Amino acid sequence: MQLYGTDISSRLLLGTAQYPSPAVLQKAIETSRAEIITVSLRRETADGSGAGFWGLLKDSGCKILPNTAGCHSVQEAVVTAQMARELFGTDWIKLEVIGNSDTLQPDVFGLVEAARLLCADGFKVFPYTTDDLVVGEKLLEAGCELLMPWGAPIGSGQGLRNPEALRAMRAHFPDVPLIVDAGIGRPSDAARAMELGMDAVLLNTAVAKAGDPVLMAQAMAQAIEAGRNGYIADPMDPRDMAVPSTPTLGMAELI
Amino acid sequence: MKIIVNAEPREVSNETLEDALTELEFTSPAVATALNGRFVPREDYPKTSLSEGDRLEVLAPMQGG
Repeated sequence: MQLYGTDISSRLLLGTAQYPSPAVLQKAIETSRAEIITVSLRRETADGSGAGFWGLLKDSGCKILPNTAGCHSVQEAVVTAQMARELFGTDWIKLEVIGNSDTLQPDVFGLVEAARLLCADGFKVFPYTTDDLVVGEKLLEAGCELLMPWGAPIGSGQGLRNPEALRAMRAHFPDVPLIVDAGIGRPSDAARAMELGMDAVLLNTAVAKAGDPVLMAQAMAQAIEAGRNGYIADPMDPRDMAVPSTPTLGMAELI
Repeated sequence: MKIIVNAEPREVSNETLEDALTELEFTSPAVATALNGRFVPREDYPKTSLSEGDRLEVLAPMQGG
């Protein structure tokens, strides 16, 4: 798939937060074979802890997708994006403008406004949005070339709360890369998202908070690949009644 | 002068952002700054003057989803 003109072969984008240790994070990135990892910015501490993490990121060889997590206003998100561009040396930004602290639901009005400002300033915006089609259209008008609809609230692990809406997004935006961001809990959720025709899945908590994050990274990668292949292979339609799969022609008369 | 650095009150004697960051021991190249809610590009550090009560944010790479 192409994201802002860059060829990406892995359809799993991995977050870097909440792992039991940097070593487990490193191993999970390797095992997932993710090519894009998400990161954030926080206040530098006296011990300069940010520099160590930056070293780990560079060693991973992955493309860095900084986020504006925790930003509740357009101003905060835009300034954070500007800081991220300098710090990480990339014009990619995962744009989050949060509207509610409990649900971490995107403030789609602020999101569209921030996306417009950032796209005009040369950023390549990855907007974390809802599955609303009109909001999706406004984001594309603002200059976004892809959309990242939520599956369920961030960190909830509920899976796809509204698969029909994602299916509608796929039909409505046939040529726009769609990445399900947030809410995936299990490999079957990720496979389902891919079977619906999503182009990729962005995961963090589901891997980081699994009992064995490295094995879960592998399971997610397999599920995403299987789901993608399933979508391309064009599954059969379900039928109400049984249809024998073994030929009935040539059956012996045995009574 | 007294300024607010990452929400903590700090005393600095240097007037430019460039020198104040060194004084505050933010020597890592992996930081980005904002002054009073505005991003300050690294090349502007030497010509950015600080004033009493300024709010300085110094951010570093962190794990994120």
